[in-house]
Amino acid sequence: MIPSLPHLKESPSQTAGPYVHIGLIPHQAGFDIFAKNFSNVLVGPDTVGERIRIEGRILDGSGAPARDILVEIWQANAAGRYNHPADRQEDKPIDPSFRGWGRTGTDFETGLYTFETVKPGSVIGRKGHRPMAPHVNIWLAARGINIGLSTRLYFSDEAEANAQDPVLNIIEPRERRETLIARREERRGEVVYVFDIRLQGDRETVFFDI
Amino acid sequence: MSVERIRSDVRGITPEDPLGLDSEFIQRDRSIHPPAFTPNYKTSALRSPRIPLWSLQNSLSEVTGPVFSPDEIGPLDNDLILNYAKDGEPIGERIIVHGHVLDENGRGVPNTLVEFWQANAGGRYRHVNDRYLAPIDPNFGGCGRTLTNADGYYAFRTIKPGAYPFRNHVNSWRPAHIHFSIFGSGFAQRLITQMYFEGDPLLRHDVIARTIPDPEAVKRLIAPLDLDAAVPLDCLTYRFNIVLRGRRSTLFENKLQGN
Repeated sequence: MIPSLPHLKESPSQTAGPYVHIGLIPHQAGFDIFAKNFSNVLVGPDTVGERIRIEGRILDGSGAPARDILVEIWQANAAGRYNHPADRQEDKPIDPSFRGWGRTGTDFETGLYTFETVKPGSVIGRKGHRPMAPHVNIWLAARGINIGLSTRLYFSDEAEANAQDPVLNIIEPRERRETLIARREERRGEVVYVFDIRLQGDRETVFFDI
Repeated sequence: MSVERIRSDVRGITPEDPLGLDSEFIQRDRSIHPPAFTPNYKTSALRSPRIPLWSLQNSLSEVTGPVFSPDEIGPLDNDLILNYAKDGEPIGERIIVHGHVLDENGRGVPNTLVEFWQANAGGRYRHVNDRYLAPIDPNFGGCGRTLTNADGYYAFRTIKPGAYPFRNHVNSWRPAHIHFSIFGSGFAQRLITQMYFEGDPLLRHDVIARTIPDPEAVKRLIAPLDLDAAVPLDCLTYRFNIVLRGRRSTLFENKLQGN
């Protein structure tokens, strides 16, 4: 008799609900409880790389900004290496001052989210594919979202790398690729990438089944 | 290639990578999860993408994820009875919730961040946007977090949350539940879900639990009473195991199959 492999089924997802902040961003819920908090600031004084701000709004199917969304990002460091044991790109340094992960909530009034981070370097692609263009992985959870949504942010000033990116290149029609490109702006010497996410409808953002 | 080597490839385990960290994830079975558009849960109507998700084979961006360290977690962070106690302890049914975070291959997921949040015993959340008339408990914050141990085990102590009404249908009530957020070892394992309590009669009316199409899948979110683990004369215990996506064959080496 052939023994069957143990195989469990993934726990089903449920919405994070309107009060997700209590657990994940308690100060936004209106109270202080933990000695150390996670935040939307990924950089410290020793972090290597070009400082950037990422900001945007998340719009629902009526075009209204969603003001209660949890936003998390995961990215490589300025050299293009993830701070994780599975990343064995030995030719690139790990930056001990950069975990590469942050979280925030869209503002209850304006619907704006922001991150303070560094611009990531290019990461190797899958075997046999080109390197991936610099990108930031984004994950959204909220009231009304039954299972977390995954997308990627690419940079408008990396047109050449974007044109070669193995992920952008599989998206058809080509117009949809534009929904993943953040627009570079400079404000008083600060580099800002504006990245609005449209959950539904006109110019709907590409979401991935990863 | 030996039978043993092939077998370990399938599970993503190799001598160089005993935890299988290099390997990509088994494709998510979307049929056990709620679809994005579930009109009985009204908020989903405008917050659900209408274009199908674009399927993406895993790269380093998906198989890696944030690593958390024990020094980021305070000693009371997993004790909701004490972590917001001001002039006494919170009122309500004292419980322990414990279990394992496993992957689909049945392996414990070690050192992963588990976060949880909930209402108080009366169904009121400590949140600026919750205006339910049931009062705040001055000694209860309602959130906690912990890292799983080497076996994937976690535990926390809290007060059993109450049911509460919400504006969906005129008379919609959530069953007692605790929200969970889990990371796993790769960002593609990221999961937020809710734990329900054995025997709760509100569950069969709940529009949010019923966003999950398969009743068997809903059952996996219902924590049974674990009387053997209760602390006599102190608190009851519920057991809640969480399953994250499993891994398949290794990404970046030459393999017979996969990739």
